[in-house]
Amino acid sequence: MTYTNPPTVPRKSATFDDYTLSEIRRAASTGIYDIRGAGAKRRLPHFDDLLFLGASMSRYPLEGYRERCGTDVVLGSRFASKPLELKIPITIAGMSFGSLSANAKDALGRGASAAGTSTTTGDGGMSREERSQSKMLVYQYLPSRYGMNPEDLLKADAIEIVVGQGAKPGGGGMLLGQKITDRVAEMRTLPKGIDQRSACRHPDWTGPDDLEIKIMELREITDWQKPIFVKVGGSRPYYDVALAVKSGADVVVIDGMQGGTAATQEVFIENVGIPTLACIRPAVQALQELGLHRKVQLIISGGIRNGADVAKALALGADAVSIGTAALVALGDNDPAREDEYRALGSTAGAYDDWHEGRDPAGITTQDPELMGRLDPELAGRRLANYLKVMTLEAQTIARACGKNHVHNLEPEDLCALTVEAAAMARVPLAGTSWIPGNGGF
Amino acid sequence: MPVVDLATAELRTLNQALHHQAPGSNETAWEVLNPHGAHAVAVGLNAPVTVTIKGSVGYYCGGMNREAQVVVDGSAGPGVAENMMSGQVRVKGDASQYAGATGHGGLLVVEGNASSRCGISMKGIDIVVRGNVGHMSAFMAQAGNLVVCGDAGDALGDSIYEARLFVRGSVKSLGADCIEKEMRPEHLKLLGELLGKAGFDGIDPTSFKRFGSARKLYNFSVDNADSYG
Amino acid sequence: MLAQMLGTMCDRGPDSAGFAVYGTPRSGLAKVTVQSPAPDEAFSGLAASVGGAVGTEVAIERRGSHAVLTVPADRLEAVRDHIRDQHGTVRVLGAGDAIEIYKEVGYPTEVAAVFGLANMAGTHAIGHTRMATESAVTTLGAHPFSTGPDQCLVHNGSLSNHNNLRRTLARDGIRFETENDSEVAAAYLTAQMGQGSSLGEALEKGLDDLDGFFTFVVGTKNGFGVLRDPIACKPAVLAETDRFVAFGSEYRALAALPGIETAKVWEPEPATVYFWER
Repeated sequence: MTYTNPPTVPRKSATFDDYTLSEIRRAASTGIYDIRGAGAKRRLPHFDDLLFLGASMSRYPLEGYRERCGTDVVLGSRFASKPLELKIPITIAGMSFGSLSANAKDALGRGASAAGTSTTTGDGGMSREERSQSKMLVYQYLPSRYGMNPEDLLKADAIEIVVGQGAKPGGGGMLLGQKITDRVAEMRTLPKGIDQRSACRHPDWTGPDDLEIKIMELREITDWQKPIFVKVGGSRPYYDVALAVKSGADVVVIDGMQGGTAATQEVFIENVGIPTLACIRPAVQALQELGLHRKVQLIISGGIRNGADVAKALALGADAVSIGTAALVALGDNDPAREDEYRALGSTAGAYDDWHEGRDPAGITTQDPELMGRLDPELAGRRLANYLKVMTLEAQTIARACGKNHVHNLEPEDLCALTVEAAAMARVPLAGTSWIPGNGGF
Repeated sequence: MPVVDLATAELRTLNQALHHQAPGSNETAWEVLNPHGAHAVAVGLNAPVTVTIKGSVGYYCGGMNREAQVVVDGSAGPGVAENMMSGQVRVKGDASQYAGATGHGGLLVVEGNASSRCGISMKGIDIVVRGNVGHMSAFMAQAGNLVVCGDAGDALGDSIYEARLFVRGSVKSLGADCIEKEMRPEHLKLLGELLGKAGFDGIDPTSFKRFGSARKLYNFSVDNADSYG
Repeated sequence: MLAQMLGTMCDRGPDSAGFAVYGTPRSGLAKVTVQSPAPDEAFSGLAASVGGAVGTEVAIERRGSHAVLTVPADRLEAVRDHIRDQHGTVRVLGAGDAIEIYKEVGYPTEVAAVFGLANMAGTHAIGHTRMATESAVTTLGAHPFSTGPDQCLVHNGSLSNHNNLRRTLARDGIRFETENDSEVAAAYLTAQMGQGSSLGEALEKGLDDLDGFFTFVVGTKNGFGVLRDPIACKPAVLAETDRFVAFGSEYRALAALPGIETAKVWEPEPATVYFWER
């Protein structure tokens, strides 16, 4: 028997993996950072790492069909004379007309209205499609103030002052030339086809003391009727929530780093902000210390996918959740049925995130009339409504199993964690133990 | 003429009364006394009324104005006439930072000086300042006209889009992508009209310089990457 | 007048308030402002104890949770050391020939009333109302911060490099009472002046070393200075007549001052040091 030296298997670096190598080559070739849509793609501690305990001998469950489990939520009861009354604790997050097609906005409005919840405008003003289809519409007040006007402000059912978003806390919006069509340009008062970079700070206020005055102005303009939300990206939730409340917000929205964006630097999306799971308990703690938990409502977003995520967010103390990426998938985004077209764009179904290029085969993140025409708003709206109903049923299923007649009665004590990280972030014990890592310190 | 004394009346009562002017109401001239720097005075107006405020106001006076004429007989705090759509806001004294921010239309006149970030993100408003404007004025200005009869501070028109800037005095420095441009006859005509509407007669439009966008940052080019740093 | 100014600014900073009042210095004597959460107990016998330590009679004047000790000017350090070592519940808020500092948690008008601010007299004074951002709402976390003799600082904004700066200054021997970014700014200026800089020079250097957003007002025995960061977003208004110079975050705070109608009123330029000396 001849004996040859056995070859070593070629070994790729864990540090310099294929994606990293390709990004170095791309940067060297173009001289500009990578821009993409969606939220953080890296693996993060998330709701998957939590489990419900369910009822057993010491707790009694509710029957699925006969015994009621409420899901309604009122947003903005603190100061607004006309708070928002949602049937389900799931809302549609702000996504701009411009980044999304008119048909996609139309479909979001239809689906949300059918499910008894609200949609939210975005960094591009209020489109007629969305206003006409959304029974409840939250009007975002953003640093760019594109399309901001008092007429639409008075048409809105609530106002959301956007301080930041989870994909890029501290960053401004971006919309690249391909998507600045005539209509988008007109709504934003911009030249057609330019690369638009919106501001990262509001043009006429900085900091919580100024924000308090800005909120007062918006309340005066709208005769103290509309609920005022303040949305921040997940970074320092304990302080941000306390300051939003001190500034006079009715509702605080916290968007974790899995929250999506239309277009931002990859380096920003993956490296700035904290996971959604880590945002909730500090935010709730701030509300509790101010005596305002469940009085100033907390909305959590960033990577919410199913009824279990909803139930877990509520159990940790949120009043409602908000979905963006998941809603787009329900409409038809990244559907394997269009795999050939995703391949042609150098991507694959499930990974397509070049939403800023405006070539979305699903007709959602585009302004191209042909592509947009592929999305049937009525059908897509029905799909979204179905999805929202399923999520709600799932959350109710879990709540009933934990013996709750309302999803808001879920508590952190109904949960345990699978990993030490999730236990520390959610401040619930590691499964089978009474150990909450870091308890006592903050 | 309705007179509202903010020493005794609630601001909310004033603003709501102004919002609910019935069309064709005869109460078209209002006077506000003792503002003492109050915020959000006469905001969200939506009818052709005239509101004269006797004294100085705080933040966001005349904010989101439509159609109304608001006169501040004193100085105005930050964000006067922010996001105005139409009508006119006139400040007889000085205006603080962010004057006319994000305004879409109408005319803002400042008879004194305006502070920093005058006309920030303006989207179609006309702003005429009798005195000087501070640093970062017309930052990211998208559309409309800013007329400065005095001097402009640092970084005028930084990241400007299609707004037109006219300055009679000195400009301490220009911001990224803002350049001096030729004053053509149509600009002189426009400037003359704006000065006339503001009531600043006797100022010669030919004594101004015009500034606007070099349009070099409209689409990313690696050669301009330094401007993004 | 300052009480009225603070009252107007309540909604900007409802958490706590404080002020520094500069009186006319008395030759050979210095003042030490102390505070205690349990003042009845802590202040009884304090004057005698301090007097014993420095070998002279020491006067004490109490206002609420605060008290001002009048001590020999050349024994200031000994007094500080004695209080630190022997009176654990008593905190020194500030000391100097002229300065008295009062600060407390609560709504600003109530804080001003507790200390009787309206009836105080002095050559100049600085006040602050606080909306706490990241550090705790406590008495010591309220502004002004005093880290050197007759020096004090109030701040609107948020510094972004204060943690590193605090570590550096602490290594140089400066003691910190809070996690507050503004205390770091005060200590930074004190350290600069301790190395021989004038207040103006210290503020100029601060433009290089302090990152973030700030409008500072700094008081010394002889006057006060104002500095905004180069971006200058946090509001600031100055008013000057031949009788006074006044500073406020908003015109509202100045609106009731006598002669304000004819005063020169302006907003300080970014990255520019303003300073008035008596």
